Amino acid sequence: MRSPIYSGLGVLYSKEISDHLRSKRFMIILVLVGIICLSSIYSAGMGIREAINKQSDDFIFLKLFSSSGDFIPSFASFISFLGPLIGLSLGFDAINGERARGTLNRLLAQPIHRDTVIVGKFLAGTSILSIMVLSLGVAVAGLGIIMTGIPPSFEEIGRLAVYLVLTVVYIGIWYAISLMFSLVFRQTATSALAGIALWLFMAVFVGLLAGIIANGLYPVNNRPSIETVLKHETLKQNLSRVSPLIIYNEAVTTILNPGVRTMGLIMSSQLEGAIAGTLPLGQSMLLIWAHFVTMAAMIMTCFAISYIIFMRQEIRTA
Amino acid sequence: MAENYIIEAEGLTKKYDKLVAVDNLNLQIKSGEIYGLLGPNGAGKTTTILMMLGLSEPTAGRVLVDGYNSTTQPIKVKQITGYLPDNIGFYEDLTGRENLRFIAQLNGVPSKHMDERIDLALERVGLLDVGDKAAGTYSRGMRQRLGIADLLIKDPKVVILDEPTLGLDPEGIEYMLQLIRDLSKKDGRTVLISSHLLHQVQRVCDRVGIFVKGKLLASGPIDTLADQVFGRDSYMLELKSDRHDKELYRLINSIPGVLDVTAEGDKLVIRSEKDIRKELSVKIFESGFTLLHLRLLERELDDIYRKYFEKKEGFDAQPNLQRVRSTVQ
Repeated sequence: MRSPIYSGLGVLYSKEISDHLRSKRFMIILVLVGIICLSSIYSAGMGIREAINKQSDDFIFLKLFSSSGDFIPSFASFISFLGPLIGLSLGFDAINGERARGTLNRLLAQPIHRDTVIVGKFLAGTSILSIMVLSLGVAVAGLGIIMTGIPPSFEEIGRLAVYLVLTVVYIGIWYAISLMFSLVFRQTATSALAGIALWLFMAVFVGLLAGIIANGLYPVNNRPSIETVLKHETLKQNLSRVSPLIIYNEAVTTILNPGVRTMGLIMSSQLEGAIAGTLPLGQSMLLIWAHFVTMAAMIMTCFAISYIIFMRQEIRTA
Repeated sequence: MAENYIIEAEGLTKKYDKLVAVDNLNLQIKSGEIYGLLGPNGAGKTTTILMMLGLSEPTAGRVLVDGYNSTTQPIKVKQITGYLPDNIGFYEDLTGRENLRFIAQLNGVPSKHMDERIDLALERVGLLDVGDKAAGTYSRGMRQRLGIADLLIKDPKVVILDEPTLGLDPEGIEYMLQLIRDLSKKDGRTVLISSHLLHQVQRVCDRVGIFVKGKLLASGPIDTLADQVFGRDSYMLELKSDRHDKELYRLINSIPGVLDVTAEGDKLVIRSEKDIRKELSVKIFESGFTLLHLRLLERELDDIYRKYFEKKEGFDAQPNLQRVRSTVQ
């Protein structure tokens, strides 16, 4: 029995899914991401073979995702940089595209609630990118096993799963942002551009700006005191955490590299007496829990804003 | 009394910031009739329709469709109402048939009857042979007809058509009007048409309403409309003479039955209780004026059309001009 409140949600959801799957845009993204992943995994695999011969290390399997070759960045950094593009391209014309084509008011004239449309679109988009990310991750893992001949340990599988979930959430943020832009801007071209602009800002300029601000408040030159350096670094780190890219990168580094036990500066006094070793998965999770929650909150905030705008917006393009 | 009307608007008002799009509209539409909501562009027709469908919230007043309040029970209203928007859009990558199937699914048409119903609808609008082509390849006329098929899928009690004949060729207009007539006469649905193309639409309407600047000026069968707009008991004469001076005014006013005289452009418009043409022409001739033009203004739809539709820009421009002048001074 279908709930009366969301009658039509299933229909809308399946239509959105099939729209995505049939669209040429989706194919282009898939091909692009596929090529990038294959190349990065290939180069990482080459590097790993040499590494195995030289040293015996734990978590070799995870290195498939996090280590880079000579010229090609790692799989993880590729995804962190290009993930936004996937999210943005899935959603930038979600609502204003329908409006421009004149299908929105026809759709809303059907016996469905208005929020069904936006909820359906959001669910369909997130499903699509979940499927995409998960299958990509599994494919890369499978390829890695074939190439290196090393099976992953249980812990590695766990870490890989967490990594993929993080990635889904991360791309989900960008999807939610693009959905929001598709409501704020009437033109699809404008919303696409705004999305790309935000992406570049977050990827490139937030780090620079954070550095400049931190430098202005706590200048680090001419033998600064240790406190100034600490404050400088903390401020810089916190400011740059505005960017989903930074948060995601921190979380991914922690989860893919069990050797990471803290983020930011640590003093040698703090390391005194520490036993070199790796963190168990649970401890790594604890380290990135705040990151995870922040990212989830970013999605929810964007979606809530979109929801409110959509419910209040006049149908008419006045 | 209320049962006779399937659509009832009571004191319906919509304001956008300062602009009043719909101003205290009271409208009753009988079950099974074709009602034409006619008015120039920007009169607030589409806004009214959106409020009827519950797609836009009225600032004041309410609309009842078959007893359901459009604002508080929009789902109920949308279940029994089919809407053909102006500039209707379809999912261009999907075929006509797939577009209809999507609508059928949203309306909960059981899958057993779905294909049958889609075929029937396509056949009725003459699109059966192109039903499997992508909607993006359809012409304007075909899209409008697919829009009608879209309504038929839903099998609604009430059909609301927004500018259904806009942008169609003469043949397409005829086809569309015939479809509209059938929706009402064959199927017994109530049809509400909104249009600024008065001449095209008036032919199929049982009753029309003239809707200008958010207000319903007149409503009723077409032949009674002119009287409503221009007043029932007066004749209008248009007169042109070689000179329009005080003497002429005095002369005209001296004729029994004349109510008032106003100058409109280079002509005078005389309102009177009876037909004074004979008397007037004789008097004018006797007083040494030359009669250049004399015409009894037919109080017909054409005049309504001229007054509110064609000259709309002229009417608007007048006060603007004055405003400009006063700022210059």
